[in-house]
Amino acid sequence: MLEKSLFLLCFSSALAKQLCAPDASDGYKVRLSIRTALGDQAYAWNEDELFLFRATLAFAMRNRISGQQFEVSNIIVCDETPRVSFWFVVTSPSNTSHLVDKEEVEEAIRKSRNRINSAFLLTDKTLEFLGIPPTLAAPVSPDTPPWLIVFGVVMGAVGAGIVVMLAFSVVQKKRKKDGKVVDEAVEEETRAKTTDNGAAGDGVYNMSFSDDERFTEM
Amino acid sequence: MKLQLPNPSLEDRILSHEQLDNLEEEEAGDRPKWDNKAQYLLSCIGFAVGLGNVWRFPYLCQTYGGGAFLIPYAIALVFEGLPLLHMELAIGQRLRMGSVGVWNSMSPFMGGLGVASLVVSFLVGLFYNMILAWILWYFFHSFQSPLPWSYCPLNMNHTGYVAECEQSSPVNYFWYRETLNITPDIESSGSLQWWLVLCLASAWCLVYICFIRGIETIGKAIYVTVTFPYLVLTIFLVRALTLSGASDGLIYLFTPNWETLKNPQVWLDAATQIFFSLSLAFGGLIAFSSYNPQKNNCERDALIVGCVNSFTSIYASIPIFAILGFKANENYNDCRNWNILKLTNAFNIGDENITLENYNHWFNHLNATDPLEVESLSLKTCDLQTFLDESASGTGLAFIVFTEAVIQMPGSQVWAVLFFVMLFSLGLSSMFGNLEGVLTPLLDLHMIPPWIPKEIFTGLICLTSFTVALIFTLGSGNYWLEIFNSFVGSMPLLIIAFFEIISVVYIYGINRFNDDIEWMTGRRPNIYWQATWRFISPFMLLVVFLAYVVIEAEKQPTYNAWNPDFVNFPLADVLHYPEWVSTICVLLSVLPVISIPLVALYRFLSFLKNYIMNRHNQNPYEH
Repeated sequence: MLEKSLFLLCFSSALAKQLCAPDASDGYKVRLSIRTALGDQAYAWNEDELFLFRATLAFAMRNRISGQQFEVSNIIVCDETPRVSFWFVVTSPSNTSHLVDKEEVEEAIRKSRNRINSAFLLTDKTLEFLGIPPTLAAPVSPDTPPWLIVFGVVMGAVGAGIVVMLAFSVVQKKRKKDGKVVDEAVEEETRAKTTDNGAAGDGVYNMSFSDDERFTEM
Repeated sequence: MKLQLPNPSLEDRILSHEQLDNLEEEEAGDRPKWDNKAQYLLSCIGFAVGLGNVWRFPYLCQTYGGGAFLIPYAIALVFEGLPLLHMELAIGQRLRMGSVGVWNSMSPFMGGLGVASLVVSFLVGLFYNMILAWILWYFFHSFQSPLPWSYCPLNMNHTGYVAECEQSSPVNYFWYRETLNITPDIESSGSLQWWLVLCLASAWCLVYICFIRGIETIGKAIYVTVTFPYLVLTIFLVRALTLSGASDGLIYLFTPNWETLKNPQVWLDAATQIFFSLSLAFGGLIAFSSYNPQKNNCERDALIVGCVNSFTSIYASIPIFAILGFKANENYNDCRNWNILKLTNAFNIGDENITLENYNHWFNHLNATDPLEVESLSLKTCDLQTFLDESASGTGLAFIVFTEAVIQMPGSQVWAVLFFVMLFSLGLSSMFGNLEGVLTPLLDLHMIPPWIPKEIFTGLICLTSFTVALIFTLGSGNYWLEIFNSFVGSMPLLIIAFFEIISVVYIYGINRFNDDIEWMTGRRPNIYWQATWRFISPFMLLVVFLAYVVIEAEKQPTYNAWNPDFVNFPLADVLHYPEWVSTICVLLSVLPVISIPLVALYRFLSFLKNYIMNRHNQNPYEH
């Protein structure tokens, strides 16, 4: 019995090693850059973290393919490096020697990418699945482009300013015109009066002539 | 020096000193005037200090051996810039008219000079305001997070980035595609880009509101537009000096390379830079000083304006180059980090084991153990010097290089807004001078019916300029702007300035001019001014003009086009101008200055006609 179980274990691990190899046709390479992402708060990569990874990936497969109960044992990892990088393949729960197709794995990962990333506190850039480019987030485009709003504000202020300036100059001109007529009338009177006083020694100044002057000044 | 061309009836055309004294008492208030001396000085400084001080001088300084460039620059300032500046301010103040009136009074044969200045001011105002429109566009877009020129937009089916953007860079893409929507060559005009039309309209409205009543409103506006750039430059200086890599940029800028002084091109560029930087020959300075009180010390004003202009150029280059040094440093680090990532991934070394510090050690180790693998990675050669050399001038500096630097600074939106508002104020105060160079002569010639108020007239000028400038909003607009910049804003000015100084010294008479200055400032101009006005400046102008013509004639008339379908994209596609465009280029150079000989010829012909008629109708009693 013991020998049988030992043999099975060795056989399965050997089979697993055969299924998972670098550049496997249905496998993907994963690369983590933990220290780049977390700096001082980086955790060490060990067996337990790997277990979490396999569990998360099993979750992703379950999420994608409903009905099939993927287990941690269905995710086979190999070729670990200090980078931290490794290859993995996914075996079908019904037939452990049969690998799940590359496309299905890709779909599963794409669907649950966010969950996988957050399980490890990483981002699309620091947790890379080589061959699965991250879906590019469409930039948020508001209904009114913001530049039009700023443009509207500036032009509104400038337009209001122009209207105010033009109105102000019209008012000023009107005031000046009225002021000039009043000034002229006052000037005429005072001129007549001062000459009246100044020429006291020469005789009496005839006011009627000053009136004539005004007419003939045309 | 008794050399003076005969100029009969000069006294009939200009007001004598006694008449000017009376004028001051009687007609105070008829001609607009500056509220105070500060307004006048700030307006002249604002006109002289423009975009060129920020984006042309630092580039020249860096290209021509840093600190060593200051020597030809200073020499050009002393022997060419200051004398011409003093002369323009003095004649404007003395003759109290815009450019057309001034040259007409000096001699009817030189009336064409004023017309030439008017045409040049108008044409330069057209494309200069287009640059302000671009600055406004970038300003409007600086209120977003992230800045729109920091990322590439996604392509149609969201699988990747737009190809044009990926091949060049987000900053280039934003400038050439989203702003200009540029066509692959000058012949395909494209259509009017509505967003640029909007920005151009707002630029002209902003100019109009400041210019609406001539110097009355300009005088208020320049308090802000002239002082604000200095404030922003200081803020940038403080910020820039705290950035890493700033010192690299500054060392690169100021390290003197004395070898460049042997290259005649350096001297030519220094002379042209001083000349264009001071905005001489536009007629704007003459217009500004014509609104001065008569007894104003124009000599000191000229020295102040000239020195402030040069100081601003040098002061602006410090933060610009500190920031460019920072950008070069960032690019250099990015380059090295890219190499590190490549090595880390290829050799599966622990994350962050290779750092910038121990990179060389690791590289040598890896190269020794597995040189083939290392070679297959095609690592980039990262050289800080190459990145520092990547500077540019003109619109390339402002809209490509600097915007890229701003993205990498923390708080990018603030720096972008500050930078573009500074550029806008610098350009706006120069626009005032351009437009005054158009408005004042037209007002002085009494060409406008008096029932049109000044506000409407200035509005008409702005509207006309806006309509003509719509060519720059076409798809090929940038190419046309380059043409205008090279052909209108260069040679005609040199010709006009040369004739200006010849007119003042030899037709108006240097002795009379000295008397005028003595009457205005109380001091006769000293030997420095005499020597430069009479010989040195005209000679220098002539040499510069000839050298300029020779060098420009040698250059092939080509232009750099942005063509995404070009084989070597994103490198510029160098194309030749087609025939009709070359004709337009020649026309643009010739049109402003053709008025000088034309008017002289016209006046000469009417003089001949009068002379012949007088001979015929000679009074028999006067034999």
